[in-house]
Amino acid sequence: MSWTLILEQALNGLQFGLMLFLLAAGLTLVFGIMDMINLAHGSLYMLGAFLAATLVQATGSFTLGVLLAIPATALIGMLLEIAVLRTLYARDHLSQVLATFALILILNEVVRIVWGSDMALSTPAVLSGPVELLPGMPYPSYRLLIIAVGLAAAGLLYLLVAKTRIGMLVRAGASNREMALAMGVDIRRLFTLVFGAGAALCAIAGALLGPLFAVQVGMGESILILAFVVIVIGGIGSIRGALVGAVLVGVVDTIGRAFLPHFFGLFLPPQFASAAGPAIASVLVYLLMAVVLFVKPQGLFPARG
Amino acid sequence: MAELLEIHSLAKRFGGVVATDDVSLEVRAGEVHALIGPNGAGKTTLVAQLSGSLAPDAGTIAFEGRDITRLAQHERVKAGLARSFQLTSIFGRLSVLENLALAVQARSGSSLSFWRPVAAEHALTDAATDVAGEIGLAERAQVPAGELAHGEQRALEMGLALATRPRLLLLDEPMAGMGPEESQRIVALIERVRTGVAVLLIEHDMDAVFRLADRISVLVNGRVIATGAPGEIRANEEVRKAYLGDEALST
Amino acid sequence: MSAHRIIAFAGLAAALVLPLALQAADQSFYVGFASRVLIWAIAASSLNLVLGYGGMISFGHAAFVGTGAYVSGILIAEGVTSAWIGWPVAMLASAVLALAIGAASLRTRGVYFIMITLAFAQMMYYLVNSMKAYGGDEGMNLPARAVLGFGFDPGNEVTFYYVVLAALFAVLYATHRLVHARFGRVIVAIRENESRAEAIGFPVYRYKLVCFVLAGAAGGLAGALLASHGKYVNPSVLHWTQSGTLMIMVILGGVGRLWGGALGAGVLLVLEHLIAEHPIPWLLTLAPDYPQHANLGVGLVMLAIVLYAPQGVAGLFSRKTGKEHG
Repeated sequence: MSWTLILEQALNGLQFGLMLFLLAAGLTLVFGIMDMINLAHGSLYMLGAFLAATLVQATGSFTLGVLLAIPATALIGMLLEIAVLRTLYARDHLSQVLATFALILILNEVVRIVWGSDMALSTPAVLSGPVELLPGMPYPSYRLLIIAVGLAAAGLLYLLVAKTRIGMLVRAGASNREMALAMGVDIRRLFTLVFGAGAALCAIAGALLGPLFAVQVGMGESILILAFVVIVIGGIGSIRGALVGAVLVGVVDTIGRAFLPHFFGLFLPPQFASAAGPAIASVLVYLLMAVVLFVKPQGLFPARG
Repeated sequence: MAELLEIHSLAKRFGGVVATDDVSLEVRAGEVHALIGPNGAGKTTLVAQLSGSLAPDAGTIAFEGRDITRLAQHERVKAGLARSFQLTSIFGRLSVLENLALAVQARSGSSLSFWRPVAAEHALTDAATDVAGEIGLAERAQVPAGELAHGEQRALEMGLALATRPRLLLLDEPMAGMGPEESQRIVALIERVRTGVAVLLIEHDMDAVFRLADRISVLVNGRVIATGAPGEIRANEEVRKAYLGDEALST
Repeated sequence: MSAHRIIAFAGLAAALVLPLALQAADQSFYVGFASRVLIWAIAASSLNLVLGYGGMISFGHAAFVGTGAYVSGILIAEGVTSAWIGWPVAMLASAVLALAIGAASLRTRGVYFIMITLAFAQMMYYLVNSMKAYGGDEGMNLPARAVLGFGFDPGNEVTFYYVVLAALFAVLYATHRLVHARFGRVIVAIRENESRAEAIGFPVYRYKLVCFVLAGAAGGLAGALLASHGKYVNPSVLHWTQSGTLMIMVILGGVGRLWGGALGAGVLLVLEHLIAEHPIPWLLTLAPDYPQHANLGVGLVMLAIVLYAPQGVAGLFSRKTGKEHG
């Protein structure tokens, strides 16, 4: 096992982690500010991917297609917020769970009716080849693009939340909703905006990951749970927590899958290592979550004091 | 000689904010001990620390000579320390009798009983009926607690604590949000129960405090600045300055 | 009260004669389907214990069903074919899993609790997916159903139906006893007002954990029956969306009502079956593909229930819930 291999897997982990962050960022704000659980967040990720695939086909340009898919998904997200989710803020968690689970079922079928079960979305031709990152270490250029976009989005989000008035209000809301209300914030409109932004981030993740995984119905359901793990690790309502948690989950998951079977092989009999390795690797992030819960039940960066 | 409750140098900080700072206080068996103090003095934090829902940063709590500082809430109830809530906290969809029977059940053996119908345990219902009578709700025993009048709910609130048969009753502002007549009812209730149980009464209603208390402690900025009989507290200069308005003392 | 009894006995009588009636009507295929409905009725009833009576929004219940299915399936595959060993072991395994997941998640509240139960359940999903020796993501075929002995042939659909029916009634009767016993009073009290339950002296965490474990064990029983029923186990039983489906069953049938889980499982599965297998001709001409999109209907109905029930889903059943444990 060489260092370049480890570095390559670490980069893959970072890339996956950044995409998880895009999903978790919007979600953690919704949880934090509105104390609302939204299971349908993964559906926006799916919608973003399907819209991107469609628009890339229609425009013939990957860049243009993805750029158009982002506002389109944001718009759908805001409409969803106004039509359904808004009425759920004041409701009990059971109602929120059921309504948003119902939304998953509905959106899955809508996508199936409109687009079918899956769609093709491939990496743009320019980025299909590798670049030589270090001497003797080629790395897929498309994955580099994802890392760059992820970092840019994270940076932009940080500036938005840390430096602008809207961001200040969002932070205030995440740590103390009553205070935000007392400050005379039009929390309804603010929240529609936050939701739209969350949907836009979902679309970026969905569109960029589409070529790597598959654009298909149900694609949002597995990744949603990982986003939850990220939020539990990072602490509800904390953007910083979401970033740290996401990168942690991305790297641990990727590295674990790549090296754990090999690592076990060092001191376990081969047939045992080949069985236990993948099994442990597949649950590694959940064990990580359990450890964090045990040590810091409120997550690494609790937003509330 | 051991007091019923001995609080020694209890402290709790939230971030940089000091909620209770070096609180020391004793409650004797048989007395009604009132704790007064301005808003933000740390009364709510103290109640939480005493009942066990909040762990203190420093200090000790001893009950009947036994250190209970680290005991969980339910273990303190078993030890004989029960609390009422400032904001009414009852089982709204259960009847008055069911409410009280639950509290009786909590103190009478394990509830890890999965088969025998609880309805067959007449001892629970009988004890609950007694408490309902004690708090003046015998006629209302079958009414869902959520449908009671405000004053009745406050009585039930106290009844839930009483039904655990405590030796010290921790009453967190039992007159909160009550009109004069309803307050009278609670004062009368405390007068009735005090024969059997010591009371630590946290209350803003000075009329009630000076009528009921054997001793009064004054909590200001997380510290007890004075403890004494009502007359002594009334006369205490420091208390006057720190807290009591002159008109309150002239009554 | 007596009306309840009459309905219960009528239901029991109908369930008892159902396979005979189906055979008489030459519809034996439906005996197997009925068994499946009853198995999911057990699963949903076990969720109802934590969700309806205990008020814990556990979103990982499929993990307990799935663990029961896998453990009993693996035992059969490894040659331990007796149901008398396999099913209790499956329940025990699910109970142990519930103990571990509950111990970690019940320290948290609200949104946290929901997310953590979800995540740990999904962990089990990935775990069975990675078990190549037992079929991995393709699942595992079993040579036969678990063996009952005493002259019962579990391979006979009618016999198996009665076994499942007996299991369902055992679970429901145990739930009934439990709810009216001391323990049931405590978990309902915790659901109604947790901080007060703690303040009158109940170790709330402990009671919630016991409730969680009991429900997990019952879920494991459902899983074990499911494995034998289809002679097949596969990871999708553990997927988190399956937990969502179980939750929908409980809501449809009635939260915190003894029959809620069974009723909801019946309604949902029968409706799904009708939509998929018995399309309505005039609707087909309007929407030729509609049988494939049954979930759209399920989703819309659920959404409507949640949005238009005046006090939320919990309120929809609150009056009856009050009676149930009153």
